[in-house]
Amino acid sequence: MSIDIDTARKVAKLARIRVEEAELPALAQELSGILGFMEQLNEVDVEGVEPMTSVTPQRLKRRADVVTDGDIQAQILKNAPDAREGFFAVPKVVE
Amino acid sequence: MTHLNELTISAARDALRKGDTTAVDLTMACLTAMDAGDGLNAFVHKTPEIALDMARAADARIKAGDAPAMCGIPLGIKDLFCTKGVPSQAASNILKGFKPEYESTVTTQLFNAGAVMLGKLNMDEFAMGSSNETSCYGNAINPWKVDDRQLTPGGSSGGSAAAVAADMCLAATGTDTGGSIRQPAAFTGIVGIKPTYGRVSRWGVVAFASSLDQAGPMTKSVRDAAIMLGAMCGHDPKDSTSADLPVPDFEAALTGDIRGKKIGIPREYRMDGMPAEIEKLWADGTAMLKDAGAEIVDISLPHTKYALPAYYVIAPAEASSNLARYDGVRYGHRANLKAGDGITEMYEKTRAEGFGHEVQRRVMIGTYVLSAGFYDAYYNRARRVRALIKRDFDQAFAAGVDAILTPATPSAAFGLGEMANADPIQMYLNDVFTVTVNLAGLPGISVPVGQDAQGLPLGLQLIGKPWDEAGLLNHAYVLEQAAGFVAKPGKWW
Repeated sequence: MSIDIDTARKVAKLARIRVEEAELPALAQELSGILGFMEQLNEVDVEGVEPMTSVTPQRLKRRADVVTDGDIQAQILKNAPDAREGFFAVPKVVE
Repeated sequence: MTHLNELTISAARDALRKGDTTAVDLTMACLTAMDAGDGLNAFVHKTPEIALDMARAADARIKAGDAPAMCGIPLGIKDLFCTKGVPSQAASNILKGFKPEYESTVTTQLFNAGAVMLGKLNMDEFAMGSSNETSCYGNAINPWKVDDRQLTPGGSSGGSAAAVAADMCLAATGTDTGGSIRQPAAFTGIVGIKPTYGRVSRWGVVAFASSLDQAGPMTKSVRDAAIMLGAMCGHDPKDSTSADLPVPDFEAALTGDIRGKKIGIPREYRMDGMPAEIEKLWADGTAMLKDAGAEIVDISLPHTKYALPAYYVIAPAEASSNLARYDGVRYGHRANLKAGDGITEMYEKTRAEGFGHEVQRRVMIGTYVLSAGFYDAYYNRARRVRALIKRDFDQAFAAGVDAILTPATPSAAFGLGEMANADPIQMYLNDVFTVTVNLAGLPGISVPVGQDAQGLPLGLQLIGKPWDEAGLLNHAYVLEQAAGFVAKPGKWW
């Protein structure tokens, strides 16, 4: 399976990483090389094998569904690139 | 005379308890060595004031007779760990300026035990790399040197390895997703252990691939690894995958007696084109364990060759999800936007500017293998192969094997820049012996055992049963004693 330029453009878009048009051919080639390496997995007989969901067979712990934290608005906003009036600020989303 | 910064944790602990030295003196010696070691680019954020405050507090505790083993021990902390009020940016420009408002569980536990933080350590960006060459801080450099070339300390915990090997700290934290503790430990002649998945809390450690990531200690001896691991692990309600199991006294497990234990030698690890030196090292290590009374058995782990391709599907898939959070909204870098740019442009420009090349590549590979139409063909198939890789190990242990011995790396440390034009797959091959252990969630330890013809350190890896870090450390201790590796890099930096 090799990745063409249109697929590379689509993957970059899905990943929300800006890739200039001129860089797409090199990216497509690079991704194709890595996917070629993964093709080896097709040699393995996986019939009847369940995909692993947890490497250690343990039940995840549950806890009471109660508030354990809060009132830390200033701390949460402290590292924001742009915070105004107690909110994260972003460019206009809705026209 | 041994300088204080050259001490092991165990020697420093004993000296502190006897009153032969103080935490402040130990810390001062390390801070001096750290400043003198700038040429290695291991420490990337230094915290000398914090270190001295912590050292003074440790001295007070020792004086009061309340001194856990790690009390007063100066450590370096990998930049992947969130440390409150101190830059924690996973060696990425996308987290430039990020100062967490919280402390990771691992560092909380270490600091509660009295350990001293000297500063943050270099690494590959988001722990993605095997040579510390993807860091936004530039390369960390191996203190071992045999000619004009500067060598890699390995990766991703390259700064941790360089700092410990160069005696800038007594020990350091590392993290290991595919070999990132064990490979740099082998490249620098130190000890590094990746515990069983779930043994150490991942809370507050910047996530790369959540089903594979584990933190562990990087130290100058197996005894130090036992001491420091004990302080790092334990159940944490904030990490739902952290195991609620008692933590044994790992140091007490170092009896040096492995008589009657079964050591498996997996035939599939004998790779085509394996350098003769690695082959010999492995045979030497096998003989050492045999001489100590262990029984050596040949075993088969038939799916070994599929571990790397499975890893390079699963790890990028998880990374693409984990790294979706870096969007320029809540923390870290945001790109300068042009008039009219909307939120999509903000995401795309921010991530293009903030992520380095290797991280972008892995996020896109992960995006692709998780995308509609390919999820079954790549991601689900890789998870099924992963189940088979784990089953190989389960069967070996069920047949009575106590530990498995393999090389840690396919070569000694290579020169920085030597892989610059290589195919990315060539760099991925560095993980060939270590990555299986992450996929199976097992504990693995790298122990320095010998040197190559040029004098560079070489390590062997021991793999243990799930939750049997105690037994694994004891096997490693026997190997360490038998190998008698004492070489140190000559100081050139």
